[in-house]
Amino acid sequence: MAFEYAPAPESRSIVDIKPSYGLFLDGEFVDGRGSSFKTVNPATEETLAEIAEASDADVDLAVRAARRAFRGWSRMSGKERAKYLFRIARIIQERARELAVLESIDNGKPIKESRDVDVPVVAAHFFYYAGWADKLAYAGLGPNPQPLGVAGQVIPWNFPLLMLAWKVAPALACGNTVVLKPAETTPLTALLFAEICQQADLPPGVVNIVTGAGATGQAVVSHPDVDKVAFTGSTAVGKAIARAIAGTDKKATLELGGKAANIVFDDAPIDQAVEGIVGGIFFNQGHVCCAGSRLLVQESVADEVLARLKRRMGTLRVGDPLDKNTDIGAINSREQLERIRELSDIGEAEGAERWAPACDLPSSGFWFPPTIFTGVTQAHRIAREEVFGPVLSVLTFRTPAEAVEKANNTPYGLSAGVWTEKGSRILHMASQLRAGVVWANTFNKFDPASPFGGYKESGYGREGGRQGLAAYLKEAGA
Amino acid sequence: MARIDVRKTYKLYIGGAFPRSESGHSYEVTDSKGKFVANASLASRKDVRDAVVAARKAFGSWSSRTAYNRGQILYRIAEVMEDRRPQFEEAVRQSEGVSAAVARGQVDAAVDRLVWYAGWADKLAQVIGNANPVAGPYFNHTAPEPTGVVGVLAPQSSSLLGLVSTVAPVIVTGNVAVVVSSYERPLPAVTFSEVLATSDVPGGVVNILTGDAVTLGPWLAAHMDVNAIDLCGVAGDPELATSLEVAAADNLKRVRRAPDAEPDWAEEPGLSPMTAFVEQKTVWHPIGV
Repeated sequence: MAFEYAPAPESRSIVDIKPSYGLFLDGEFVDGRGSSFKTVNPATEETLAEIAEASDADVDLAVRAARRAFRGWSRMSGKERAKYLFRIARIIQERARELAVLESIDNGKPIKESRDVDVPVVAAHFFYYAGWADKLAYAGLGPNPQPLGVAGQVIPWNFPLLMLAWKVAPALACGNTVVLKPAETTPLTALLFAEICQQADLPPGVVNIVTGAGATGQAVVSHPDVDKVAFTGSTAVGKAIARAIAGTDKKATLELGGKAANIVFDDAPIDQAVEGIVGGIFFNQGHVCCAGSRLLVQESVADEVLARLKRRMGTLRVGDPLDKNTDIGAINSREQLERIRELSDIGEAEGAERWAPACDLPSSGFWFPPTIFTGVTQAHRIAREEVFGPVLSVLTFRTPAEAVEKANNTPYGLSAGVWTEKGSRILHMASQLRAGVVWANTFNKFDPASPFGGYKESGYGREGGRQGLAAYLKEAGA
Repeated sequence: MARIDVRKTYKLYIGGAFPRSESGHSYEVTDSKGKFVANASLASRKDVRDAVVAARKAFGSWSSRTAYNRGQILYRIAEVMEDRRPQFEEAVRQSEGVSAAVARGQVDAAVDRLVWYAGWADKLAQVIGNANPVAGPYFNHTAPEPTGVVGVLAPQSSSLLGLVSTVAPVIVTGNVAVVVSSYERPLPAVTFSEVLATSDVPGGVVNILTGDAVTLGPWLAAHMDVNAIDLCGVAGDPELATSLEVAAADNLKRVRRAPDAEPDWAEEPGLSPMTAFVEQKTVWHPIGV
């Protein structure tokens, strides 16, 4: 018997979306010199606001503002810089519900995720790095580490505010100033963050936010007065950035795509593993670079795991992101929906078997049901390419060595999952998997104290933890 | 009648063996005064590819060794080198045109550097790894791991100390190396490869190609099974260095950029030669009863 759930919508009256937004330059909102674009609610296709598209000249102004602010900010004692970051962390907590609702409206993610994951982790991130600001000499990066200068940061649409926090908090703690470009489809929480910077009395120019699309991002990355590039997004763009900064002194951290293997052994606690598989691929509609998008299940338990997985998928509720009972929200954009559809169709055309539970999707907005493919081989495009949607490819294996071989058979290396009761096997698998994050008997866990980042074509550098400081500091004299 | 000496054939070092270049090419190596010394093998694009295959094959086993074992092997390299100091002194003196005393100092420093790195094998993870106090019931730690096959364009000027200073940090952390030696001063590198071959370093862990970084660098930088590259050997040629960085972006190689000029190799290197070629892996596990 299926439970019926009454609608439980979170009120959106807490947010006040303006009809149009400018750029946040030198502590003020200003009109851009370029054109503008619309941001829409992906669950309804309703236009939310007109957003300024920063031109090259706007980006230049932002970088100049950041450069001017760098002098004071980098010389301020770490103790005082820390207080600004603590203030920001507190204001984020104070305005947490507003941020969560706005994030869900602009991004399409379920309110229970923005409320219980994104926003709390954002506040935690600022709180964590605030505490580092006056302790940098103890970070193991030299006795007198120095900030790099102006950081150009370009972030994706899947965790708009969380990615902002991952970028801005360590940069500021280390004494850098920032020009940040949020994703084209999800600029609203970054602009609300700009208001938070104003409320915190953050010195003007320390954080500058330029909205726009690829061209704006390119202008940020390639600006000659940017000392450090931090990018999260696709591997293709990451490679273009690596090429663009070749021969310069710019440092870069690149957080790119993934095709994580989630490996289930026959002795795994099956119910927990099924929860981990579901969380691994359907969290945030699968718009997660570290999503467990390749399930590798040991042949002897494959039938049982699949049966229980399908039953569990039948209970997932897809729909209104603001409903507190929603498990899977809207796909972030029409473009992304097309991409997911295209790759799924290719999966079928290449001979894999597609399955999704019966599921009523809203008539407007961008939606895709939770979907699995079985009979997938390593050559199939759905097993090789990042779908970035709620689509799981299922493969099987017999021995641990085969699991390792298949898991590592990808140009990516961001994350991996292992499910088994045997401790020695967990540690063996963890050492053999070529991935920057290994979740054993859990998945998709994030914490400011825990470094995150990839091997191989998933990019380089780490965000989070003590390692995350290394990306924003240099040794004195270097 | 004076004895006629038996001269050495200078060859490449790939997969633990000493082949000539598959291209059949060699080039004249002269001493600092321009006098002929030897014909060195001129490594080709195909030799680069063979070396990468050999390195990849060696990576699994070398990276799985205990840090203690890798440290012992690096120390063993130092031991064997120490034993052959006169030969290295002669090679450095001849290659670099320095006095016997300076050459001796270079060799001493190279041996000492190997000993220094040997000691790092089982300490780096303790110094740059972490236990992470996450906000939940999870065991969480981060530790360095080797990044894989590392291309090393060895310094052009410092034929031995510079070579050892760029190769040792790569292998002590569990990586494997494909090295292009100094072009004009390759002979100490060939002698070093003979030391490696007799120091319990498994074949393929270090591969040394004598040849030109200008022609071999692009193949190494563009090779899709090379994970990282040290561009030191093209220091002073920013145009080439930039083009190699661009090629390296094709598979997002970790790049250790070319310095403006070769550094002072006598200085203690610090951690960056090792941290340039390690990945940080974070492992999570729930805590519960």
